[in-house]
Amino acid sequence: MRNIAVRLAVATPATLRLDRSGRDVRLALGGDWLLGEAERMDQALRALHFDGVSQIFVDGSRISRLDSAGAWLIVRTRQMLEAKGVQVTNVLLPETYRALYQRLEGEALAPAAMHPRRQTFSDFLARIGRGTVHFLRQTYDLVGFLGRVTVETWEAILAPRHELPLPAFVQQIEETGLTALPIVGMLAFLIGVVLAYQGADQLKRFGAEIYTIDFLGIGLLRELGGLVTAIVIAGRSGSAFTAQIGTMRVNEETDAMQTIGLNVAEVLVLPRVLGLMVALPLLTFYADVVGLVGGMVMTYFDLGVTFPAFMRELESAISLKTLLVGLIKAPIFAFVIALVGCFEGLRVERNAGSVGRLTTRSVVESIFLIIAIDAGFSILFSVLGI
Amino acid sequence: MSTAGTDGREPIIRIRGLVNAFGDTIIHDHLDLDVYRGEVMGVVGGSGAGKSVLLRSIIGLNHPTSGSIKVFGQETAVGDGEGRGSLQLRWGVLFQEGALFSSQTVAQNIQVPMRRWTNLSEEMMDELAAMKLALVGLPADAGAKYPSEISGGMKKRAGLARALALDPELLFLDEPTSGLDPISASQFDDLVRNLQQSLGLTAFLVTHDLDTLRATCDRIAVLVDKKIKLGTIESLSRDPNPWIHEYFCGPRGRAALAERA
Repeated sequence: MRNIAVRLAVATPATLRLDRSGRDVRLALGGDWLLGEAERMDQALRALHFDGVSQIFVDGSRISRLDSAGAWLIVRTRQMLEAKGVQVTNVLLPETYRALYQRLEGEALAPAAMHPRRQTFSDFLARIGRGTVHFLRQTYDLVGFLGRVTVETWEAILAPRHELPLPAFVQQIEETGLTALPIVGMLAFLIGVVLAYQGADQLKRFGAEIYTIDFLGIGLLRELGGLVTAIVIAGRSGSAFTAQIGTMRVNEETDAMQTIGLNVAEVLVLPRVLGLMVALPLLTFYADVVGLVGGMVMTYFDLGVTFPAFMRELESAISLKTLLVGLIKAPIFAFVIALVGCFEGLRVERNAGSVGRLTTRSVVESIFLIIAIDAGFSILFSVLGI
Repeated sequence: MSTAGTDGREPIIRIRGLVNAFGDTIIHDHLDLDVYRGEVMGVVGGSGAGKSVLLRSIIGLNHPTSGSIKVFGQETAVGDGEGRGSLQLRWGVLFQEGALFSSQTVAQNIQVPMRRWTNLSEEMMDELAAMKLALVGLPADAGAKYPSEISGGMKKRAGLARALALDPELLFLDEPTSGLDPISASQFDDLVRNLQQSLGLTAFLVTHDLDTLRATCDRIAVLVDKKIKLGTIESLSRDPNPWIHEYFCGPRGRAALAERA
């Protein structure tokens, strides 16, 4: 470690000497008995031999400065000597330090357990077991939450009650939708550029460059537009849901709501679920359009396809169905993101650390579910021949 | 205010012309304050009066708008890290909720300053940590526990043990009794006073608690109207300022003072 010696240097080094004159044994201490000298004095004290000593007098009258570390060493030495059957007749210390010494001597200094217990193999097994049970319980709870939110959402759509927080709903659309436009647009544009570039590069080898546009249109509208938007929103809004609701849990706001008689699911979860279910399809459509523009710009520079030619080719390549197949997934992604985000938020315990942990988990879970659901849709559509 | 060290006592903290302002809001308007070796200085004031800002300014966590703060003759507002190194060895700070490092056990928390500043052996550090635990009145098995496993009162004691790890000369305490039940609070007051006397500490104590003031403080600085008024409980309870009067002579103040009589 750096320059420690300098920092903890003492004015006069601590000293100790064992004087034997006949039966009277005197342990003479002097100098600064401070923390900086503790290690050296500890070793010196341990190196002393008290063979054949029955009585000892500890003379610390020449100690110039004493702190709790030094005082502790003297207390410990006395305890050690007495345990060996050596009688300590007196401990002489300067007046100013007597209170400190007595205070330490008065404490029952049991050797304390200092370090966490070592992990054993059975701990390891217990951890696996706990993890498995935790996972199953979590899945069970999530399904329960899914049911509850589905029922509440359905009721809210079928029979809108006057207490449905409309301003909160609109605010959620703004927060999750409107403010996400720049980042979603930017990413969609770049993905359009990349797709067009890679597609053109490969298809050029077969002289089929013009199909770049088919590839771009179908790939973007059916899969990538929706998937990329959902993943960005899972990272952006799903995490925000968990953090917001989690902070309210830490603050006991959700508890306050319950005591007032508010339905937490209705007040906090519904506006988020419904808001995101409106915002995400809109964002997906926007991402599709911006992605196509990115691809159009790239095909113009790379292949020299003019914009009107691009439009004509695109029109023949895609149909309304292509767009709808992509868009139909968006509300489902939105539901999953909002559901997981709120679910994890409501599981936050009353400490700040759990907000961070569950926010991370919420994002990982919702991205995993989005991709799994997307794969499921691909299989479903191919079976149905769509 | 003329409390400059004319009587020969050594000021450990010396504040001159301290101004703290956030935007247009002035918190401290040219404060002067001296804290002398061996005394316990209590700081009181209403919520938002700038008690915590004052404490944070002294320990260098908040950069004042202007003014000078010297601790052990060294300016704390300028320079950071290495420049303040020797100060960090000489002071200990107890934060309001203990501010224990949550990833480490209580004993490891106490050893953090030792690891940073000394090259003691592991055994010696374990012994010293056990001694500090006993000193602040924590049971021996508390050392192996994590901060999340102990109560609020124990966290404060553990935080105090960490603040005392290097045997500092100067101890800062931020609301040491807030959130404690009255019995734990008065035990904590006794502990602070007892440690202050046996270790010969100088203490700077921010509090709301009148009982703490009565039990531990030699002098009291009241932060009121962006200024400081200094005195003892007796002298301040005769102060004409309405806030100070209400504080010391209101129902709670009278009850706390009555115990003294």
